[in-house]
Amino acid sequence: MLLKYFANEKESAFILMILASVTLIIPTCNLIFSAGSVFYFSAYTVSLIGKYLTFALLALSLDLVWGYCGILVLGQGAFFALGGYAMGMYLMRQIGDRGVYGNPDLPDFMVFLNWKELPWYWSGFESFPFAILMVMVAPALLAFVFGWLTFRSRVTGVYLSIISQALTYALLLAFFRNEMGFGGNNGLTDFKDILGFSLQSDSVRAILLMSSGMILIAAFLVCRWLVKTRLGRVVTAVRDHESRVRFLGYRVEMFKLWIFVFSAILAGLAGALYVPQVGIINPSEFSPLISLEIVVWVAVGGRGTLYGAIIGAIIVNYGKTVLTGLLPEVWLFTLGAVFILVTIYMPDGLVGIWKRKWGGAKP
Amino acid sequence: MKYLMPHVIRFFLVILIMFSFVKITVAQEAEVGQTFSTTVSGLKIRSLSKKGQFVEQLAQFQNPQKTVILQALVDGHLFEIREDGRVVIAAKKSGKYSIVLAENGDDLGLTDNSAIKKIKINNRLRTQIRRLIANLQLSSPDVGLRLKAIKTLSKSIKPDDLNTLKILAESEENSSVLDALELVFALDNINSSDRETRLLGIENLKQKTSFKAVSRLQALLDKDSEGQFVEPDKEIRKQAKSALVKIQSRLNTYEVAQTVFFGLSLGAVLVLAAIGLAITFGVMGVINMAHGEMMMLGAYTTYVMQQIMPNNISLALILAIPAAFMVSGIVGIGIERGIIRHLYGRPLETLLATFGVSLVLQQAVRSIFSPLNRSVITPEFMSGSWQINDFLAFTWNRLYILFFCLLVFTCLLQILKRTKLGLEVRAVSQNRNMAKAMGIPTDRVDAMTFGLGSGIAGVAGVALSQITNVGPNLGQAYIVDSFMVVVFGGVGNLWGTLVAGFSLGIANKVLEPFAGAVLAKILVLVFIILFIQKRPRGLFPQKGRAAES
Amino acid sequence: MSNTDKPMLDRYQTFNFVNTHPVIKGNVDVSHGTVLYMEDVSVSFDGFKALNNLSLYINDGELRCLIGPNGAGKTTLMDVITGKTKPDSGSVYFGQTIDLLKMDESSIAQAGICRKFQKPSVFENLTVFENLEISLKADKGAWNTLFATLNGEQLDRIDEVLEIIGMQELRFQPAGILSHGQKQWLEIGMLLMQEPRVMLVDEPVAGMTHQEIDRTAELLLSLQGKHSVIVVEHDMAFVRSIAKKVTVLHEGSVLMEGSMDEVQNDPRVIQVYLGE
Repeated sequence: MLLKYFANEKESAFILMILASVTLIIPTCNLIFSAGSVFYFSAYTVSLIGKYLTFALLALSLDLVWGYCGILVLGQGAFFALGGYAMGMYLMRQIGDRGVYGNPDLPDFMVFLNWKELPWYWSGFESFPFAILMVMVAPALLAFVFGWLTFRSRVTGVYLSIISQALTYALLLAFFRNEMGFGGNNGLTDFKDILGFSLQSDSVRAILLMSSGMILIAAFLVCRWLVKTRLGRVVTAVRDHESRVRFLGYRVEMFKLWIFVFSAILAGLAGALYVPQVGIINPSEFSPLISLEIVVWVAVGGRGTLYGAIIGAIIVNYGKTVLTGLLPEVWLFTLGAVFILVTIYMPDGLVGIWKRKWGGAKP
Repeated sequence: MKYLMPHVIRFFLVILIMFSFVKITVAQEAEVGQTFSTTVSGLKIRSLSKKGQFVEQLAQFQNPQKTVILQALVDGHLFEIREDGRVVIAAKKSGKYSIVLAENGDDLGLTDNSAIKKIKINNRLRTQIRRLIANLQLSSPDVGLRLKAIKTLSKSIKPDDLNTLKILAESEENSSVLDALELVFALDNINSSDRETRLLGIENLKQKTSFKAVSRLQALLDKDSEGQFVEPDKEIRKQAKSALVKIQSRLNTYEVAQTVFFGLSLGAVLVLAAIGLAITFGVMGVINMAHGEMMMLGAYTTYVMQQIMPNNISLALILAIPAAFMVSGIVGIGIERGIIRHLYGRPLETLLATFGVSLVLQQAVRSIFSPLNRSVITPEFMSGSWQINDFLAFTWNRLYILFFCLLVFTCLLQILKRTKLGLEVRAVSQNRNMAKAMGIPTDRVDAMTFGLGSGIAGVAGVALSQITNVGPNLGQAYIVDSFMVVVFGGVGNLWGTLVAGFSLGIANKVLEPFAGAVLAKILVLVFIILFIQKRPRGLFPQKGRAAES
Repeated sequence: MSNTDKPMLDRYQTFNFVNTHPVIKGNVDVSHGTVLYMEDVSVSFDGFKALNNLSLYINDGELRCLIGPNGAGKTTLMDVITGKTKPDSGSVYFGQTIDLLKMDESSIAQAGICRKFQKPSVFENLTVFENLEISLKADKGAWNTLFATLNGEQLDRIDEVLEIIGMQELRFQPAGILSHGQKQWLEIGMLLMQEPRVMLVDEPVAGMTHQEIDRTAELLLSLQGKHSVIVVEHDMAFVRSIAKKVTVLHEGSVLMEGSMDEVQNDPRVIQVYLGE
């Protein structure tokens, strides 16, 4: 049935199968086999792969707006970080009185700043469902307001890219401020539990990886369905020739807006899955450089294909892990070179090369 | 004749001042020697009170060297040679001391630290000498010295000084010196016992803009620990209060002027940073994310020039301007030929590729110069500030940058207006195909335009090196801001960039006191985002059919 | 658009004088026989008057040809009607009641004024079929578009149009591989899919072979009566083959209107086209 569903898309089916096996096998092996066994994956590997999966989800969200809708957002990291902060706030509340200062209500940094009570926007975050809701609502709201303002006044192309960069830059500055009540420079960290289970335990790590994998698979399927609907076709048309679509009677700004909001929600989810696996969220996630890196993941994989974004995110991040470990100096050189080479020589990314070589003529 | 008058009067004044000292020191004259040289030798005496007498005596001589000696004594540069007891002025030079004879300034060459002994004074003596120097300086033809002298004297005014100053005031023509004198007199008036004089003093203080005037007036309104007014006279208090209000309203104006100046200087930096971008982005439609790194290269060029010429920092800075233009310009042409050429008509791809370039350049600088900030020295003529009054001062480096920004802008405007390259650039930007058909080598024009834009970024980097840290992240800090300026001003419009840069600079500084620096920046960014909604093409949009597509 | 909201619309029509934003679906009031009114419309770009007090009336079901030298304002006129350019002054009405100047491009298109561009504008990454599908007259809201499926009637309609434009075999090919002429046809097909009241057709036969031109003429002629069609074209032979009434534009205003023969023999028109 799966094969039939993906009759013309061997690549999508292939990626899905790999994702599914990674999601199932790695955590299982980690839990079943003991250290020393050939099949054992260390806790570090589990976290690392979990992190890659959240990055893949983030790349997927960008590919939806950039690859299909033609909106090059240079601030996708902002939605990721907002989702991350929402999750981080829940995890902070979970610490309870186990912080350095032992205050049952206030996180350590607030005690340190002599705050007397929890700011109003922190209320509710002790509840997991509320936090998950906020993980989606906060980025969606930001995307809605930003998109509503920009798309309606037809800010497009490089203007939109630059403004979205300014947006994440402004948020970066804002979250650096202690007065914002999000831990300032240090962000939120020293998490202990999620839903009452220790974040350090193997099984929680395994479950987090599984959830990341499953949410990624689900998001991939939804995105794939979305681009196959008539809305997907209209959105593609908007990418290729925005003004013409208006003359067909479509309100282009609304289409862009909903795609943008949906993509922001996916990015927020990615952020929420990322934070418990790396154990920290700080303002640097808002930095314009992070958002640009996301663009590179998608560009390397091949935009406008969805699975290309997933491949790109995993390959580039694997490269980053290896290179920053071996030769930290070389990483920025490599990243810069990748930017240049991909845009000039591989506009369709790795997927494009694959298709040209082995997949017959590109349609 | 009229021109001579002040000098003549000043001459008499000098004589008068001397008489006043003669009166004080006449008692000692019999005891000690009379020649200049023996008086100078007398300074070596251990007893501080005797030393004071010699100092007073020294001041009476006509010899111009006396001021130099007194100054050296205050500054601790006056020594005696252990061997022969001669009094010398010594200056430290590469571990040794270069000494000159105190009484006539003869050069005695270099000597060791151990060969000379400092002539010591205490604080009381120091104050005394300063007062003497000030008295001497009051007759100096240099306005600055006269002002300095008044300032020194007024620190703790004595009746004698006051008389001297009053005599000076009669002959003084320079308005700022008169101003300073009036302040001294007015402050003195308030201390008088006569009520009318005090009120007059307050009335005069009203016109003065100085910390002293404000604090003196405030002191009149103080209360003691029991909540009673220190000043019993109600009328005086009332007048003091109204004078303070008057001064305060003037201070507010100065505050506005100061804010506008800060705003303009920030605006100048923004304009410098954005103007190169306005060319590459506006005229060519190319997004150059490596623009900030072009500025960074310019700043590092300044650093290298100063390393090459450590002895002439000012010259190095001036030479750095053309050097930075060349370095950044050549790198810019390289980027255009190597990368952007392949991406014309694909602005988003250009954006990404040039971002790659910026990463490479940053890392390159990090590898070559280390990731730490390098310090670029500010030359003499750019340090310090232009003090208009106690409450208003303009720092020279910012004034220079403001001026430099306008200069660069004018040059660029002229290049675009009057040179062949400018003509070609405008032609290509309006209609590339037509320009090509007219025989304009569009490839070369593209490269040159990009080189020009990048070169100007390099020049901006030189200016930035004077006010901010030179490090690998220098460019990044400015890239978003400069794009905002270009977008706000309207793409393809240099005047728009100028106006936008200055208005954003001022807006930033106006908001800062209320909102804090970071929040002000955020507010400005948010404002631009909202502004783009209303006018997507900026303050000064290009009109016409071409702009529609 | 379905039968259920008919009464609503009728009721609304009664009170349309209080409503500054007439809702658009379906009913265009053409009781006076005129479907498009343009009165005293002026547009200027940086001092250049692209349209200068232009007035033009198009009758319901009419096929009108617009000719004029370059820069006469033909394309600007279409831009004004479709909402791409807002005029400096003047009024533009669709039927008696719908003020086009208060609407944006998409609502004008939904109201039933559709346009083929001078430069063929098809969506190159979509197939021919998909190009037609998204042009289909349907609810164009985002939510409805997301869950839209093609019913039998609509499929038939697409097939019908595919046949008219002669692209049955190309239906699953991406539009990017089509020739210039084929793209022109596809865009005309997209126009047909929208079932508009008024069609604006800008240079439909540029880049077409003789046979294709003849077929286009045939197609446009067959459309009149059901749709009002405004054709801008430089190819005089083509204009002659379709036009009953021709409007000549010159320097942003109407120079004259009449049959092709009248126009071609008018001394002013000759002067405008041939110079002194």
